[in-house]
Amino acid sequence: MSNELGLKVKPVTGISPEDEARVAAWINTEDYKLKNFARQALVVNPAHACQPLGAELCAHGFAETLPLVHGSQGCASYYRSTLNRHFREPAPAVSSAMSEDGAVFGGQNNLHEALENALALYKPKMIAVFTSCMPEIIGDDVSAFIKNARQKGCVPPGFLVPHANTPSFTGSHVHGYDSMLLAILQTLTEGKAMEGRCTGKLNFLAGFDANTGNYREYKRIFSEFGIPFTFLADISEVFDSPNDGTYRVYPGGTPLDDAADSINGKATLSVAPYATSKTMVWIKEQYSGVHASLPMPLGVARTDAFMLKLSELFDKPVPASLKAERGRAVDAMTDAHQYMHGKRFAVYGDPDNLGGFVAFLLEMGATPVHLLCSKGSKKLERELRALLDGSPYGKAGKIYMNRDLWHLRSLLMTDPVDAMIGETHGKFAARDAKIPLFRFGFPIFDRVNLHRRPIIGYQGVINMVTEICNKFIDIKDETCEDRFFEMMR
Amino acid sequence: MRQIAIYGKGGIGKSTTTQNTVAGLVSLGKKVMIVGCDPKADSTRLMLHAKAQNTVMDLIRERGTVEDLELSDVLKVGYGGVKCVESGGPEPGVGCAGRGVITAINFLESEGAYTPDLDYVFYDVLGDVVCGGFAMPIREGKAQEIYIVCSGEMMAMYAANNISKGILKYATSGKVRLGGLICNSRNTDCEADLIDALAKRLGTQMIHFVPRDNEVQRAELRRMTVIEYSPAHKQAQEYRELARKIAENKMFVVPKPLQMEELEGLLMEFGIIQDDDPNVGVAKAASA
Repeated sequence: MSNELGLKVKPVTGISPEDEARVAAWINTEDYKLKNFARQALVVNPAHACQPLGAELCAHGFAETLPLVHGSQGCASYYRSTLNRHFREPAPAVSSAMSEDGAVFGGQNNLHEALENALALYKPKMIAVFTSCMPEIIGDDVSAFIKNARQKGCVPPGFLVPHANTPSFTGSHVHGYDSMLLAILQTLTEGKAMEGRCTGKLNFLAGFDANTGNYREYKRIFSEFGIPFTFLADISEVFDSPNDGTYRVYPGGTPLDDAADSINGKATLSVAPYATSKTMVWIKEQYSGVHASLPMPLGVARTDAFMLKLSELFDKPVPASLKAERGRAVDAMTDAHQYMHGKRFAVYGDPDNLGGFVAFLLEMGATPVHLLCSKGSKKLERELRALLDGSPYGKAGKIYMNRDLWHLRSLLMTDPVDAMIGETHGKFAARDAKIPLFRFGFPIFDRVNLHRRPIIGYQGVINMVTEICNKFIDIKDETCEDRFFEMMR
Repeated sequence: MRQIAIYGKGGIGKSTTTQNTVAGLVSLGKKVMIVGCDPKADSTRLMLHAKAQNTVMDLIRERGTVEDLELSDVLKVGYGGVKCVESGGPEPGVGCAGRGVITAINFLESEGAYTPDLDYVFYDVLGDVVCGGFAMPIREGKAQEIYIVCSGEMMAMYAANNISKGILKYATSGKVRLGGLICNSRNTDCEADLIDALAKRLGTQMIHFVPRDNEVQRAELRRMTVIEYSPAHKQAQEYRELARKIAENKMFVVPKPLQMEELEGLLMEFGIIQDDDPNVGVAKAASA
């Protein structure tokens, strides 16, 4: 066998080109799909990350807070590099570097040394501890370890060390985010509830959202309304900080005093019912003021609900500027609808995103066909079903819970669609199916700046319409016969 | 709600003692839940009159994930309205039984098994505190009282002392305390005095001396506690007495574990090992 330069090379496998072609064709068939869906013991390319990654993102959202992974270094590298590759920004976090001896003797000494080192080197105001698999398996009692650290003097009195148990082998980044947020808020607000005090502010929870543009968009909406707010876990400055030549370990995040005072807020609103479910249960018991949970404001209807809720919570009318924005979004949708109407989509991602993507597609008259979540639940399935049933364009939609992107590939091959909405891991399936992938989720490793353009709110609607419709027009321009190549589209 | 963990050397009679004591508490009108933390899953057999068919781990193994599990699948009501759950675990020699205990208890907490109407929750834990998983029941917010089942046999006392070391570790950072030793008699020499002395050295009490009686075996064969099988028998009265003492117990201490030499000294004091026993010297020489 020789390569393209005519040099002799050993074949990579003993499989003949004919066999390769036969298998390549077979994995696109209905027969293979049935076998693929019967698969139980193996997950191929799941569309979710692990709990500690979510916990780390959350910890970064608080000012001068150092995330500390109690566990092995390799795990910590994975979360950090995933965040690096998505944001193209550093993600400063440390680990307790557990190794063989830690696995045998327990990780208490590792955690104590890690706390001492981290305090001395990085001078944080708070250290948020969460766990990788190893300490969870061997049963490390992190709560007791931290208490002992205080007794030993590894941690100065009064220094805050919230911690969350985030075993990677259960749940997903969404659950880890929730656990860490709950632990941080419980720690920060302890003893801060004051009878009769009201900050007059909105506490806002965006959940696991790795789009810094969304954060800026939420803030812009609040300031248009004139609503003072505390963003609970604000990663926008942390992962989208200006490049001015100076490196800052803690470039942003929610001020700890503000987060502590959030327990005396006027209202608390979450737009991530799945990524803040445990936190919101606790907030409803502990926080003053009113509490509400809404789906993420993706698409016009969900953004409307969001605006009306803000208006209701703060007894302020929806500002004219936002009403005008809505009008522009509707205009953009109308102008472009013919490029999306009837187009078939596969959609996958986090529970809080999925419904929003589907709602938006239905508003555009597009047809969501395959809806897949690799860490879903019956509740999510019911919600998606109700959404599909509520629109004439939803009839073709099929929901796949706890399936992976290799399952999705089979679906794309046997029941083809025009495009996919998801995150970078779906690019292999999209390439095989020769369809575009719209990167609206997390992580995005292979495109620049997409985490900076908002997809929430009316502006987000315009952005999504623009991205999707122009891509379809590009494809048309690139592939149509000469006689159909038009100046105007 | 009082949460109580029962530890002790393997085979010492923890499960039997726990269930008979729980039956005693039931006769005092108490509401109890037993959480079996042993892969063998025999902590609730006498309550359910059968070995628990569905342990938490069995069902997780079957369904592949804890997320599809519901409380009603694993929580069974047995004798006297006692709620029974078995964590179960992997087969001997594979996997991680300790993590099984953690997963099972986390599951029970998130599914709301700890209802406020319960007066007692008992954790019947496998043998020794061999790893972090088996210490799960005594982490903060869980069991705050521990009773160690032991007998006058050297190794049972050795295990009781070892368990005290584990408790000491958790007691310094949390609220867990030793409530006493339960002597489950093996008819060894000076047994009650010996365990009483060990208890005092540990800083605790021998809360009750349960005499050996074949009625326990007869009841076990019929998958019942003595209190259910022969309520009028004197052994049933012993367990009711133990239950009453636990219910009224006020003595909760941070144990002071003994050095090995002190433990041997204690045995010599009670004449279990003779001072001139040549074997003691031989063992010492060999290890020196």
